Amino acid sequence: MHKILVAAVAACLVVVVLFSGCGGTTTGSSEASAGTDATTAPAGTAAADSQGGQLTGDPIVIGAVVSTTGPNAPLGEPERMALELFEKQINAAGGVLGRPLDVVVLDDQSNAKEAVTATQRLLQQEKAVAVIGASGSASTLAMKAITAQAGIPQIAMAASNNITSEPPSDWIWRVAPKDDLAVERAVSHVAEGLRVTKIAVLYDENAFGSSGLAQIEKVKDRYGIEVVAKESYKTDETDLTAQLTKLKGSNPEALIVWGTNPGPAVAAKNLKQLAWDIPYVGSHGIANAKFIELAGEAAEGVTFPTTKILFPESITDPEQKALIEKLITDYTAEFGQAPNHFSSHGWDGIAVLVAAIEQAKSTEPAALQAALNGLTDFTGADGIFTYTATDHDGLKVDDLIMVRVEGGKWALAQ
Amino acid sequence: MTFEQLLQYIFSGLTSGSIYALTALGFTLIYNATGLINFAQGELVMLGGLSAVGLYQAGLPLPVAFLGSLTIVLIVTVLFQQLAIRPLLSRGVLAQVIATVGASLALRTAAMMIFGREALPLPAFSGDTPIRIFGASLNPQTLWVVGSTLLIVLALQLFYRRTLTGKAVRACAVNPLAARLMGVSYSNVVLLSFAVSGAISAAAGVMITPISFMTYSSGALLGLKGFAAAALGGLGNPVGAVVGGVALGILEGLGVGLVSSGYKDAIAFVILLLVLFLRPQGIFGGKAVEQE
Amino acid sequence: MSGGTSSRVSRFVPRNWSFAVLAVAVLLVPAFTRDTYILSIFAFMATRFMVVVGLWLLLGLAGQISLGHAAFVGLGAYGSAILVTRADVNPWLALVMSAVLAAAIAGLIGIPTLKLKGHYLAMATMGFGEIIHILLIQLKGLTNGTDGITGIPPLSLGPLNFSDPRLYHLLVWVVALIFFLLALNLTNSRLGRALQALRRSEVAAQSLGVDTSWRKLQVFMLSAVAASIAGSFDAHYVQFVSPDSFTLNVSVILVCSVVIGGFRSVWGAVWGTLLITILPEIIKRFNEDAVNLVFGLLIIVIVVLLPVKSGPLARLQLLLRGRERL
Repeated sequence: MHKILVAAVAACLVVVVLFSGCGGTTTGSSEASAGTDATTAPAGTAAADSQGGQLTGDPIVIGAVVSTTGPNAPLGEPERMALELFEKQINAAGGVLGRPLDVVVLDDQSNAKEAVTATQRLLQQEKAVAVIGASGSASTLAMKAITAQAGIPQIAMAASNNITSEPPSDWIWRVAPKDDLAVERAVSHVAEGLRVTKIAVLYDENAFGSSGLAQIEKVKDRYGIEVVAKESYKTDETDLTAQLTKLKGSNPEALIVWGTNPGPAVAAKNLKQLAWDIPYVGSHGIANAKFIELAGEAAEGVTFPTTKILFPESITDPEQKALIEKLITDYTAEFGQAPNHFSSHGWDGIAVLVAAIEQAKSTEPAALQAALNGLTDFTGADGIFTYTATDHDGLKVDDLIMVRVEGGKWALAQ
Repeated sequence: MTFEQLLQYIFSGLTSGSIYALTALGFTLIYNATGLINFAQGELVMLGGLSAVGLYQAGLPLPVAFLGSLTIVLIVTVLFQQLAIRPLLSRGVLAQVIATVGASLALRTAAMMIFGREALPLPAFSGDTPIRIFGASLNPQTLWVVGSTLLIVLALQLFYRRTLTGKAVRACAVNPLAARLMGVSYSNVVLLSFAVSGAISAAAGVMITPISFMTYSSGALLGLKGFAAAALGGLGNPVGAVVGGVALGILEGLGVGLVSSGYKDAIAFVILLLVLFLRPQGIFGGKAVEQE
Repeated sequence: MSGGTSSRVSRFVPRNWSFAVLAVAVLLVPAFTRDTYILSIFAFMATRFMVVVGLWLLLGLAGQISLGHAAFVGLGAYGSAILVTRADVNPWLALVMSAVLAAAIAGLIGIPTLKLKGHYLAMATMGFGEIIHILLIQLKGLTNGTDGITGIPPLSLGPLNFSDPRLYHLLVWVVALIFFLLALNLTNSRLGRALQALRRSEVAAQSLGVDTSWRKLQVFMLSAVAASIAGSFDAHYVQFVSPDSFTLNVSVILVCSVVIGGFRSVWGAVWGTLLITILPEIIKRFNEDAVNLVFGLLIIVIVVLLPVKSGPLARLQLLLRGRERL
C-alpha cells in the first residue's frame, strides 16, 4: 500500500501544474494611459500622446512564441524587444478598439516540442485571440498544426517556404520575407550586378541555410547560373578553410554564403587567410552590425540582401520611410541598440494583427481571417504587405535591397 | 586533388584539431583523478573565451584580460568542485557526471544572460597575416594554439612523472583507495586536478576566440569534440588527448576534401567507433580498467 | 532481490496496488481538465516516461549507459513520418515497422558496442547518436533534411480520432502504463535477475551461467523499441518532425531523468520523468530566460542532497514503503 503515498505525492505535483495556470510572463505594463478615440491610432504612427486616464475593458491578448534561448536566440531576442515596444506604444496611444493590448511572449528554447506546449498555453490559459511565432522554421511548423486545428490566426516570422505552402493552412500568414525572395535578390545580383555565371555555395546545415540552398537550386536556371560546388558547415564550426579550399577547386566566379552569424564571419576571415579574392554574396542572415564587428576588415566588399530597415535612405515610399525612421529612433532609445530585420519581423507581426483587429472591429477568428486576407498595401517595417486568400506571404522582391559593406559601413549595392 | 589542396586540408584539420586537443586535455586531467567525464568541459572553454572578451571590451589589455579570464574560470571550477563534486566523491562516477551535466546547463544559461546571445570576437594575438607554406596558408593564431598545447602537454608529462604530487595524482587514478592508504589526500588531488583543468580550459577558450569567435552555445560542440578526441587517444593520457584531437581534426579536414562537408563529422565518428571496437581503450589508453 | 515464492507473491500485490493508483490517477486527468496545455504536457510526459523506463532497464537494472537514445526516438519518429506521409502505410503498422527497425539497428550496433565499458560505452553510443542525427540531416531525399517532415496525420483507430487531446491522452498513457507494468514485472523475471547480477559483476554473472552479452543486447533492444514507439507517438501528436529534436542534449537529459529518479526500482523512472518534465514548466512561470540556469542548479542540488542509495529522499522512500530491495 505504501506506494500509494508515492503516487499521491505525484498526483499533488500534478495539481500544482493544474492550478499554476494563468498569468504568464506578461510583457505589457498595465499602467498604460489612454487616448480617447480608440480606432484612430494606426499601429506605427501612434505616438506617446497620452492624456492620462486608464484604458477600460478586458485586454485583448495576443500570444507570441519566440526563441529567446537556444540556437535561435539571436533571432528571438530582437523580435521580443520589438513586440514589447509596440505593445507599450499602442497602449500609450489608446490601445486597440478602446481596450488595452496585452502581448504575452513565451520562449520555446528553439525547440519544436516546447513551441507546442507554449502555443497550447497561449491559447488555453492566456486566451490569446491570435499568435505570433515562431523564430525558427521548425517551431513555426509545429505551431502551424495547432493553429490550423484550433482555427486561430498565426503570424509566422520564419523564412522556410513550407510555412505557407505545405501542408496548406488557412490560418497562417507570414511577415518575414520568405527564402525565395531573399535568394532571388541575391542571385539576381550575381547575374545582373556581378555578371558572372559560375557560383559556389557555402551554407549552414540548419534549416535557414539548407532552405537557402534549395531555393538557389530552384531559381538558378532562370538567371542562367550554374552551381559548380556546394559545401556545408555547422553553425558553431571553428574553421571553414577546408570547405573553402574544396570550393575553390571548382573555380567559381562568385561565392554565396547562406547562414547566420557567426559562420559567415568565419568564412569571410578564412577567405582572407586563403588569399582567395572572390565576390562574396551573403544572406539576409548577416544583415546586422554584428557581422561587421566579427569579420572586421574581412567584411569589406561583402554584399547581401536585406529588408530596408538597414538602409532607410533607400526607401521610396514616404509612409514606410517615416515608419522605419521612427522605429529606429524609438527602438534605439528604448533598448540602446539599433533594430535589425528580426526586430522588424516582430514589429510587423503584431502590427498586421492589430490592423486586422481594427478593421474587423472584432477579435473573432473568422473575422480576423477575413480581415487578414483582405489586407492590402499595409505599410510595415519589412515592406508593403498585401495578403489575399491564396497569397499569405505578402511581400515582393522589391521589398528587398542589396547592400555592400564599404569602409565598415553599409552602402547600396546596385 | 593537388598537393596544395591536400596540404590546405591538413592545415585546416590542424587548426580545428589543435582546438579539440586543447579541450581534450581538460577532460584528461579530471578523468585521471576521478574517472569522471566532465560534461561541463566545453562550457569552461566557452566561459574562458567570453570572460576574456568581456574584460577586453571593458578596456583591459589583452594579457590582463587573459589572466583575468583564467582567474574567473578557476574560481568557478573550484567552487563547483567543492560544492558539487566533493560531496559526491564517495558516491560513484555517475552521480558526479550528472552533476557536471547540471553545471553545463547552468553555465551556458548564465553566460547567455551575462554576455548576450550573439557571437563575440577577440583580436588575434599576433595579427591576421597568414603564413604561407608551399601554397597553403596557416592562420598565425593556430600556431599559438598548437604551441601552447605542446607546452601544456610537456608540463603535464613532467608534472606526472617527475613531481611527488604528480605521482600522487597518478596513484589516485590507478587506485584511489590504495593511494589514500599511502597518505595521499584524495580530495586535494581532485581539487588540484579540477583547478588545473579549469585553467587549461580557460586558456583554450581565450586562444580559440580569435579563430572562431565565441558564443554562449559554443561549448556544446567543443565539449563533444574534446570528449571524442580524448576517447580516441585513450582517456587519461595527455599525449593521447593531443594525438586524438589532431587526428580528429585532420580526419575532418580530409573528410571535407575527399567526401563532403555534410558527412565529415559522421566520418570522424565512424572511425572513432571502429577504433573503439578494435581497441576499446583508445589508441594510447592503458589496459581497459572497468569503471564503476 | 531475495528469491522465495511467498515473498514474491507478498510483494506482487502491493506493487500492483500502487500501480493501479498511479494508473487511475493519470487516466482520470482528462476528466478534470480540457486544457490542452496541461494535456500536452502530459502527452510529452507519457512518451518521455516510456523512454525513461526503457533506459532505466538498461542503466538501472543492467548498469549499461547509453548517450544515444535520442537516436532511437528519432528512428521511430522519422520511421512513422516517412512511411505514413510518403508510402501511405497504415500509421499503426508504420509504428510497428519503425520499432522493428529500431530493434534491428539496436541489435546490430549493440553487438560491438556493448562490449565496451564505462565511458567508452558512453562515447560509442554518443557517436552512434551523432551519426544518426547527421544522417537525418543529410539524407535529404528521405528525410527532407533540416526542414523536417510536415503533415503527419494524427492517429486514429476506427471511429476513434486521436486528434482529440483527451482521447490521445488516454491512448498514450495506456501504452506507457502497459510498458511500465511490463518493466515492473521484468525486474523479477529471469532476465531481470540476470541483468542485476551482471550489473554487480559481469564476470561473476558469467561464471553462474548467464549469457551476459545476449542479456545486455536484449535489454538494449527492448529500450530501443520503447524509445522508437515514443518517437512515433510524438511525431503523430506534433504532426511534424525535424532533426533538432533528436540531439545529444536530449539523450543526456534522458539519462539525467533515470539517475535523478534513482536505481532503487523502476518507480525511479516515475520520479525522474516527473521532475524533469515539471520543474522547467514551473521555473518558466518565474523567469523564462533563466529556466536552464535554475534547472541545471537544481539537478546538482538533487544529485548532491538526494542520493540514490542513501540520504533524505531514499530514507523517506524507505519509510514510506516499509521495506526495500536493493
